[in-house]
Amino acid sequence: MITINAIADIFPVLMKGVEITVTVLLASIVLGYLMAFIAGFCRLSNNILLRKFTGFYVEVFRGTSLIVQLFWLYYAFPILFGIEVGSNFWAGVLAISLNYGAYMSEIVRSSILAVAKGQSEASTALNMSRFQRMRLVIFPQAVRMMLPEFGNYLILMLKSTSLVSLIGMTDILYYGDILRSSNLSQAPTVYFLVLLFYFILALPLIWLTKKMESASKKGVASQ
Amino acid sequence: MSNWSWSTFSDAFPVVLEGLGITLGLTIACYLFALIFGFIWTLIRRMPIKVIRLPLLWVMEFIRSTPPLVQLFFIFYAWPMVPVVGMALDPFVSAVIGLGIHYSTYIGEVYRSGIDAVDNGQWEAARALNYGTSKKWTKIILPQALPPTIPMLGNYLIIMFKEVPLASTIGVLGILAMANDYGAQHWRYLEPLTIVAILFLVLSYPSAILINKLERKMNKRFDKKEPTGSKAV
Amino acid sequence: MSEPIVRYNDVHKSFGDVQVLKGIDLDIQPAEKVAVIGPSGSGKTTIIRMLMTLEQPTSGSIIVDGKNLWHMEKDGDLVPANEKHLRQVRGDIGMVFQHFNLFPHMTILENCMTAPIHVQKKDKESAKKDSIEMLEKVGLGDKLDDYPAMLSGGQKQRVAMARALVMHPKIMLFDEVTSALDPELVGEVLEVIRDIANEGEMAMVLVTHEMEFARDIADRILFLDNGVIAEEGPPMDVLENSTNERLQSFLHRFRT
Repeated sequence: MITINAIADIFPVLMKGVEITVTVLLASIVLGYLMAFIAGFCRLSNNILLRKFTGFYVEVFRGTSLIVQLFWLYYAFPILFGIEVGSNFWAGVLAISLNYGAYMSEIVRSSILAVAKGQSEASTALNMSRFQRMRLVIFPQAVRMMLPEFGNYLILMLKSTSLVSLIGMTDILYYGDILRSSNLSQAPTVYFLVLLFYFILALPLIWLTKKMESASKKGVASQ
Repeated sequence: MSNWSWSTFSDAFPVVLEGLGITLGLTIACYLFALIFGFIWTLIRRMPIKVIRLPLLWVMEFIRSTPPLVQLFFIFYAWPMVPVVGMALDPFVSAVIGLGIHYSTYIGEVYRSGIDAVDNGQWEAARALNYGTSKKWTKIILPQALPPTIPMLGNYLIIMFKEVPLASTIGVLGILAMANDYGAQHWRYLEPLTIVAILFLVLSYPSAILINKLERKMNKRFDKKEPTGSKAV
Repeated sequence: MSEPIVRYNDVHKSFGDVQVLKGIDLDIQPAEKVAVIGPSGSGKTTIIRMLMTLEQPTSGSIIVDGKNLWHMEKDGDLVPANEKHLRQVRGDIGMVFQHFNLFPHMTILENCMTAPIHVQKKDKESAKKDSIEMLEKVGLGDKLDDYPAMLSGGQKQRVAMARALVMHPKIMLFDEVTSALDPELVGEVLEVIRDIANEGEMAMVLVTHEMEFARDIADRILFLDNGVIAEEGPPMDVLENSTNERLQSFLHRFRT
């Protein structure tokens, strides 16, 4: 039964996991977006080798499960190459950011391609260099197109952070599992509270996504 | 790469492969569950009474924005402890319900986008022909709303296929669980986990290409314009 | 006659198997106003797009102010131009497009200022002063902080002209600049072009369907047909006295 007492017992324990969840989330967001831009630009490069290699990365990470990638990075990678990823923190962050970076690189790529051709022609007519065309004209418009999708991925990344409990990171779910195994009868309260924790963390992200959506509606010439 | 062992690979392969039937079966079951349950969210969205609709939409938002892994644990560990309605469910059924409900919130949005895309004139035509509610939906709206969503729904089949290994955490013996078991027994995770990755890639990549083709074909059929030319600004 | 500012030497252009231009020879004098007319698909637009480096000729050469546009010298050989060479030559050329191609994420003023600042390396204050001056000239001095989406088609096209003019090109290219406009907005755009033409110092090439307008402002009219210049000369000669049958039937369609 959900009683005030039970909640008062459970709440502080789950609180201990918030820091890890948030840290993993923030690190994954930063690295994931970084990966998305790097891979997205590489796929538009003139260098065939770079394009093919990035394409391979994207297809492999989009074609397999995040949980498989996480286990593979944590258990298999160190055996194969004889080097540790660093820690379970880095295994988790790398898996999440490489996975979502691959998905989001497609958004980066398609957004850049979706900026109307006339925009690039007009900047050529103003004698801008290739780099200036990208920096001043194409990219600012492409970013606006990326925003709504990028917002959705924030929440997907938050949800995926719960997987790091499976490789021993002490996040919210990890403490929830500990509470459940110590007292199975309070499992409903525990997991409901765990879900509530994640939902509260999601609220600002949902709000941000809405903001990003409305921001993206301004100032784009798309094809 | 010296640590790679082909003999372990060929030893583990049949073991991992044993889980494939479960993985595929679970994918289909979750998917069907989500397809059906998705309709419920679509209905809720259209409900005229605000005091019922809004709280239910918050429930949907809640399910959508919290981790499916936790929801899986809730169904498997916590549901049996819930008074009155609670009952013990085996891992497979728990996974079907947990992942099915989670993804139904996404599928519901797909349906909605299809219905929203039906031209206003079609609704007016239904009214002009004096069709009743059920006839309006089955004869006019749904036949137009659903086919264009097929590629999107197909995408969700692939997405669910890749989410199903989450169920290994509550003991559903799909390919990932088989690989983990093999790893624990032989203390060799490299080869079995690589086999799992390869299986996912081999199955999902061609499906993704197929869906892409289907999407292009559908766009043509439903006269959605391929992006051409530049919009004037 | 002085040195031409632009010279086309036997320029050919194909898109795949389709031959669009089949040998164009053309000299344009400094400050000369040239109107290019012809049926759609005759390659009119391609002629000026090649000059703007938006399209590469399949063969032949284009000389701009004594410099070869699409080729450069390297160790005594003539090799295809690289981006750096193109930038050096095309700085003298400006272009206005059919679909305006304003930058939607910038205000009107920023649209005009960005190239002077980043390309010509002018300081921000003088770029701003020039841009405002130019926008006032095209009658949009009160719209500086508006975004393109808030303007009418005619206003957008006038901004596009100010944006090109503020770079002070020696050659201005106009690619069917009134074709995408509602009929009642054509006049205001033509008026601005007329003002620019009357100032006299720039060479102008106008691809257009506005025959009356072409007659008024052009020094010379080219009739392009089937990938070649089928007729050229002063407006009166081309529009009134030509015996070219294709030209006759082309003009006939416009008169009715």
